[in-house]
Amino acid sequence: MVSLHHYLVLSAILLIIGIYGVITRRNIIGILMSIEIIFNATNINLVAFNHYFYPRALWGQGFAIFVITLAAAEAVVGLSLVLAIYRNLKTLYVERINILKG
Amino acid sequence: MIEHSYLIVLLPLLSALTIFFFGRSLPLKGAVLGICTLGITLIHSLGIFSILLQNPSYITEISIPWFRFGIHQTEFGFLIDGLSALMLVVVTSVSFLVHVYSLGYMKDDPRFKRYYAYLSFFTFAMLLLVVANNFLQMFIGWELVGLASYLLIGFWFEKTSASNAGRKAFITTKVGDIGFFLGILSLFSLLGTLNFAQVQGRIEEGLISANTAGIIALLLFCGAMGKSAQVPLHVWLPDAMEGPTPVSALIHAATMVAAGVYMVARSYFLFQHGPFSLEIIAWVGMLTAFLAATMALVATDIKRVLAFSTVSQLGYMILSMGVGGRAEGMFHLTTHAFFKALLFLGAGSVIHATHTNNIEEMGGLSKKMKLTFIAFTSAWLAISGIWPFAGFFSKDGILEATLNSNNSFLFWCATFVAFLTAFYMTRLYLLVFITEPRDKEIYNHAHESPKSMTIPLLVLALLSLVAGFLLEHSVPLLLSSQVLPPNVHASSAHTYPHWLVPAISSAAALLGIFLSYLIYWLKAVSAEKIASTFSWPYRLLLKKYNFDEFYIYCIIKPADWLAQKLALFDYHIFDQLGVDGIGFLTVKLSQIHDWFDQNIIDNLVDIWGKLSLLGSSILRKFQTGLVQNYILFILFGFGLLMVWQLKINFIELLR
Repeated sequence: MVSLHHYLVLSAILLIIGIYGVITRRNIIGILMSIEIIFNATNINLVAFNHYFYPRALWGQGFAIFVITLAAAEAVVGLSLVLAIYRNLKTLYVERINILKG
Repeated sequence: MIEHSYLIVLLPLLSALTIFFFGRSLPLKGAVLGICTLGITLIHSLGIFSILLQNPSYITEISIPWFRFGIHQTEFGFLIDGLSALMLVVVTSVSFLVHVYSLGYMKDDPRFKRYYAYLSFFTFAMLLLVVANNFLQMFIGWELVGLASYLLIGFWFEKTSASNAGRKAFITTKVGDIGFFLGILSLFSLLGTLNFAQVQGRIEEGLISANTAGIIALLLFCGAMGKSAQVPLHVWLPDAMEGPTPVSALIHAATMVAAGVYMVARSYFLFQHGPFSLEIIAWVGMLTAFLAATMALVATDIKRVLAFSTVSQLGYMILSMGVGGRAEGMFHLTTHAFFKALLFLGAGSVIHATHTNNIEEMGGLSKKMKLTFIAFTSAWLAISGIWPFAGFFSKDGILEATLNSNNSFLFWCATFVAFLTAFYMTRLYLLVFITEPRDKEIYNHAHESPKSMTIPLLVLALLSLVAGFLLEHSVPLLLSSQVLPPNVHASSAHTYPHWLVPAISSAAALLGIFLSYLIYWLKAVSAEKIASTFSWPYRLLLKKYNFDEFYIYCIIKPADWLAQKLALFDYHIFDQLGVDGIGFLTVKLSQIHDWFDQNIIDNLVDIWGKLSLLGSSILRKFQTGLVQNYILFILFGFGLLMVWQLKINFIELLR
């Protein structure tokens, strides 16, 4: 029988992987991808909790759908920023994008 | 007409201000304006005079409240009665003629405009004094004429002697003015008013005793002693001759110096209330008349002779006041104003022609300056007291008043002064006009003065001739109309034939003229021989009785010495010990303060700066600019929070 704990462990593993990615990636695209993983960890949590505590309701699922939509929008904005940065600076490495540093 | 008498005072003031500020753009630099204004004022004064002549009791007093101390009110007002009407005519007529005369005399002066402004200003101040209805306003006018006199004596201030003479005049008269002011203050504190009529009323009610009234009268007379150059404050008047000659004629012969006499006449009720003051001023006047007349005997500067003569005649007027001849004194003031102004203006004309003041260098000018000669002759006869010239009548009146006072010594002294007057005036007249020219060059260059100068001379000559006739009866009439009681001596019975006094005075005058004629024309006795025979009195006279030396050694030198000692004291004690000591202490204190500031306060401030520098140098290491690092910190912090939270949970779990 799959219990809530299994979902939570999976979600925690995904969160850690995502954060690890955000911290260690030097490429902006990689960072964005890691953020998507973090979103997914959240979504699993939302769905799992809903399923186990309020089996008749669909609040968690609805909220997860919102998060996915937001993530898509965020990806659009983020990737367009990435394109603009690349056009101007010819790089995507975060260490080199430091033109605001005095 | 009388209702608008304030215009008489106001117009000269306006003209003075206008000339002073806008004179440059006015015709003849403002002289025309000054003359026109004075002309209007003169006509106005004559109108008032004629009204009062017809109805002497027609007294007008216009006054507005000025300020009040508690219940006592001081006014600013105009009092037109016989006395002030007479004085108005004297002042405006002489001032008008001097204004005209100055056109020629001051023609090439670089400060022509300023001269006319001062002249108009003087006229304003004098008229303010004359029409005052209270002592305070009179005092204001009194001081303003003093100021005008100072400015005009020192008019040619490039000359040290002129500026010194101005100061001397100002300071000497101030000595007397202190007494005047004390008198005014005493009146105010004792009677609570300064209005002439009110003061008189309260004195007649017997609010103050005879002695107090006499002392106050003498205090007031101190002012007259300064202004009217009575011994011992007469020293400034001969020096005042440094000013332009028309100024000497206007201020130092006709009007301002007569202000003292006018003041005595105005406050005569005070003197009458304390009769011993009258006796004192009679003696002061006599002494002044005598000393000044003797000094005039030896002076060689034409203007100084006239100045001494002025002092002497002023003494005469004061004597007349002192023996109860108030109307006679004012009468003499009037005639004297005309003939002395004429003498001065004539002298100015002579100086204008010869460019010297020394009568020893003149002579024979009658051939060169016909009109001046005629005018001067009239003035000479007038001052000597020859019938029918003005001086005869007024001098006669004074002698009569002196005789009526039953003081025969004063009478004979006055007669002797009349003799001396005739003598020195004849000497002056002969040396300047009649005798052979002594300096050919000066004689050859001499010429008659322009019309603007000779016409006033002739007008004054006419006045000197007729003023006696015209005013002999009208002056007593005008003055009897006063708010004052009639003259105490006027009713005293004659114990001698009425021709006696005129005969004596004429004899004295003729004797003086004759003696002078003997010495200076016939040279029966040489003047030098007389001088060498009486060398000691001669030198005393030349030195002007050592009054100046007396003041220098007894007042100026000790004051100077005291001032120097005080200056040393000031320098050593106040400056060095006091001010410098405090300065030194301040410097030392500030040095300590500076050290404290530098080492303690500044370091305290610096420590905070250094601390924050240190802190930020550590903290800035955290701000890398890499978002990933920040996320790490957030994670780290989150981890710490988790541990803290879990710990509590552990404790709960353990329980």
